Amino acid sequence: MAQIDVRDQVHQFIRDNFIFDDTKTVDGQTSLLGSGIVDSTGILELIGFLESQYSLKFNDNELIGENFDSIDKITAFLETKMDGHH
Amino acid sequence: MTSGEMLKIDPEQEIEKIAHVIRKTVRTTMRRRGAVVGVSGGIDSAVCAALSVRALGSGNVLALLMPERDSSAISKRLGLELADTFSIPCVEENITPILEGARCYERQLEAIRHVFPDYGEGWKNKIILPSILDGDRLNVSRLTVQTPEGEYRTERLPMNQYCQLVAATNFKQRIRTMMEYYHADRLNYAVCGTPNRLEYDQGFFVKGGDGLADYKPIAHLYKTQVYALARALGVPEGICSRTPTTDTYSLEQTQEEFYFALPYEKMDACLYSFNHALAPETVAASLGLTADQVMRVYNDIEAKRRATLPLHLPALTMETVDPIAAMIDDSKKNNYSA
Repeated sequence: MAQIDVRDQVHQFIRDNFIFDDTKTVDGQTSLLGSGIVDSTGILELIGFLESQYSLKFNDNELIGENFDSIDKITAFLETKMDGHH
Repeated sequence: MTSGEMLKIDPEQEIEKIAHVIRKTVRTTMRRRGAVVGVSGGIDSAVCAALSVRALGSGNVLALLMPERDSSAISKRLGLELADTFSIPCVEENITPILEGARCYERQLEAIRHVFPDYGEGWKNKIILPSILDGDRLNVSRLTVQTPEGEYRTERLPMNQYCQLVAATNFKQRIRTMMEYYHADRLNYAVCGTPNRLEYDQGFFVKGGDGLADYKPIAHLYKTQVYALARALGVPEGICSRTPTTDTYSLEQTQEEFYFALPYEKMDACLYSFNHALAPETVAASLGLTADQVMRVYNDIEAKRRATLPLHLPALTMETVDPIAAMIDDSKKNNYSA
């Protein structure tokens, strides 16, 4: 899957499910956790979406901010994960 | 500065100050004769009950024990000891049948079986968080179960099942509050809420459950300070020396593994330091933590505040409804004045 697709899908999911205020925007570098866009319940929702959408299973040691704190980080992590998967 | 120095108070002076405000709140503002205190066998409710006795007299306080199927037997024993120590009339209401009627346990079971299909009679469960000290970990809750043979297993719950398990468990706090208000209405009493500052600040309560009360006498006190008051008030040693637990899930669960990042002494010091804008580097060494770890705790404090703010909010009307809004403001103002 092309990186652009993954990025767009993740962006779309975050916009649809976590941006309740129409005036707010989120870009690739926005800290999802630090800005409060994704809280502790939201992170479960995000993980569930990513695992199901890309047929992946994340290990506990992969559930870190470095992999999930922005759309860019999620995209990079998913790319690596899917490369290892194939 | 050590955490002991940060949180030092004069217990007697604080007790008198709180007792004065309780009297004013219950008698003048609320116009009630006394107070109902849900007693869990823990330190917070013990101190709240003792403070209410100091303010209102033991004959005007009702201790309510509300065990259910998953409660520890120790909680009840300590609750009875507390009532006996302070000569407080005590009523026991076992809420298990109400929880069964609301299908609390059945709904919990359904969520748990999604990840542990064999879960049933003789099994126990609790929800845990990974340690914040181990690195840049996300606040992802996991479910730990114990089989009847004593084997522990842990899995991450999908969001829907996690939310269902928490929502079903919240029946416990909400039904306890309903029962407190039954007795309060019956006796013309107010209901005492028992959160300490850590719980209040970090939103560790259920809206409409233990978050709902008429007055909260220790919500401004760090847990370390609550212990100082407990000793000055003469709270039984068994309660003072007990490890704080949630007593909510069937497996023994400390508050730090369920919600707070650290044991309460360190959490208190971090919250105090964060509130007073102390740099992580200046407090890390005295807590036995690195500056990075303190910073992670600070970030976690901020994230929890943000996530749980709606729990503090009353129902919001679509516009200010006067004169009620003004009367509420006046009541608050008068209650805080000397």
